[in-house]
Amino acid sequence: MQPSSTLSFLRGTAAWLVALVLFFPLGWLFLTAFKTELQAISIPPVFVFEPVLENFSEVLQPRSHYLLFAKNSLITSLASTVIGLAIALPAAYSMAFFSTRHTRNILMWMLSTKMMPAVGALLPVYVLAKTIGMLDTLSALIIVFTLSNLPIMVWMLYASLKDIPREIFEAARMDGAGIWAEFRHVVLPLSLGGMASTGLLCLVLSWNEAFWSLNLTSANAGTLPALIATYSNPIGLFWAKLSAASLLAIAPILVFGWFSQKQLVQGMTFGAVK
Amino acid sequence: MTRLLPRTLMAPAVAVLLCWMLAPLLMTIYFSLVDYNLTRPGSHPFAGLSNYLHFITSPDFLAALRNTLLFLAAVAAVTVIGGILLALLVNEPFFGRGLVRVLLISPFFVMPTVNALLWKHMMMNPVYGVLANLWTALGFTPIDWLTQWPLLSVTLMVSWQWLAFACLIFMTSLQSLDREQMEAARMDGASAVQRFWYLTLPHLARPVAVVVMIEMIFLLSVFAEIAITTGGGPGNASTNLTYLVYKQSLINFDVGAASAGALFAVIFANLVSIFLVRIVGKNLD
Repeated sequence: MQPSSTLSFLRGTAAWLVALVLFFPLGWLFLTAFKTELQAISIPPVFVFEPVLENFSEVLQPRSHYLLFAKNSLITSLASTVIGLAIALPAAYSMAFFSTRHTRNILMWMLSTKMMPAVGALLPVYVLAKTIGMLDTLSALIIVFTLSNLPIMVWMLYASLKDIPREIFEAARMDGAGIWAEFRHVVLPLSLGGMASTGLLCLVLSWNEAFWSLNLTSANAGTLPALIATYSNPIGLFWAKLSAASLLAIAPILVFGWFSQKQLVQGMTFGAVK
Repeated sequence: MTRLLPRTLMAPAVAVLLCWMLAPLLMTIYFSLVDYNLTRPGSHPFAGLSNYLHFITSPDFLAALRNTLLFLAAVAAVTVIGGILLALLVNEPFFGRGLVRVLLISPFFVMPTVNALLWKHMMMNPVYGVLANLWTALGFTPIDWLTQWPLLSVTLMVSWQWLAFACLIFMTSLQSLDREQMEAARMDGASAVQRFWYLTLPHLARPVAVVVMIEMIFLLSVFAEIAITTGGGPGNASTNLTYLVYKQSLINFDVGAASAGALFAVIFANLVSIFLVRIVGKNLD
């Protein structure tokens, strides 16, 4: 064997080992979801067993409210994404194509609102929501999710729109397209990719959001992170059910994440890393 | 017309973000100056700076500040160093590289409450947990992680998640490293260490800065991982600023003291964000 291929083999083996160790907790969650409760807490831990689906059917039963929380997660994520896009797209469009000397400052300021720690707004938001009777409502969560994701959305859309070559607009204008026609027939189709990745990131962030979900909701409007939190009391060790519920909750986002690594990097770093 | 339309398009976003920033901030400042407890209805008399004094002088504050800084430093160090090593390890082609990348970044997409309970129960449980079993198998006494090493435990579970993030960023960044330059350096006899020190590391400077800053912003707000594992304890051993403000707000219902604390968190975050905004801003030019 050549020295370079030995090195590459060693490197590959090391990479696999490290990756498997780091992935182990998730792999264990996956295995536990298919165990019986007894197998889940057996000593020593079992790796080979006959998988059962009981935990999933148990978790999905009406009395465990899983479906209610899943529905809440779906509604809040989708609604905050759609509303966020509807507010962010015009703003990004305006800043990308009609930039003034203030554009830069406005973008910076928007970014800085994302820097506010959530706990800084906890009491005001809680008191406001309580005063107008919006505690434990989906609307309150949707508003908060939308607002906290908005800066990232404007940034991502701005970055993707800025990449569209200017000549296309000049051509459209020459052909007598009005601003609305230009937006509809030129900007919208060209920015679909950017909108998709922005929407994806927003979905991921809203789906996983735990701070507001835990603090603003209880039985009615809780999302999946809040449901999972109720398993924290060790009254009986329902690890298999916890694993099944967790697996169902994280699976969609995991798959999303695998397919949108590039977009996530750009979104999370505000375009500073390419 | 050409000026009015762009402004109109921008107006909704600017307006809602302005409200989102100003309303909580002004309310927090107001709350921090009055004597206000949610359990006592009625008027809120002006309290001067007593809330601030109360918050700063409580032993919990110093502990929370120390825990916050220790936690931030530890997670940042682990994720940046570990992330760079991992990214370098998978930068060259090998069998199943795509799958290894997927395994490495997966923890980042796990929601905080799942992360917390996965570690609290299945990994760190002193009797049935995987780590306890591992310890026993190796001939050690199992550790009751959350009681004996509460801050370290929280640091571990959060680092696990953010290591994946750092790794993802560094892997992406390494791919834009100039291959030809690297090859030229190799031809000229630069050793692997020299190439890393003079080419790779400078290339990673900005991603590292960005990762650290973004982690600061998100990690300052770490809440679920503390709330449902240690509950900030034992005592205040794993209470960070966010959790302390939460405790004052929604457990003690002391709006005044909590708001004073919240302003500290905001100021702290702003100090960090000034640097981040500078770095990201360079990208606009």
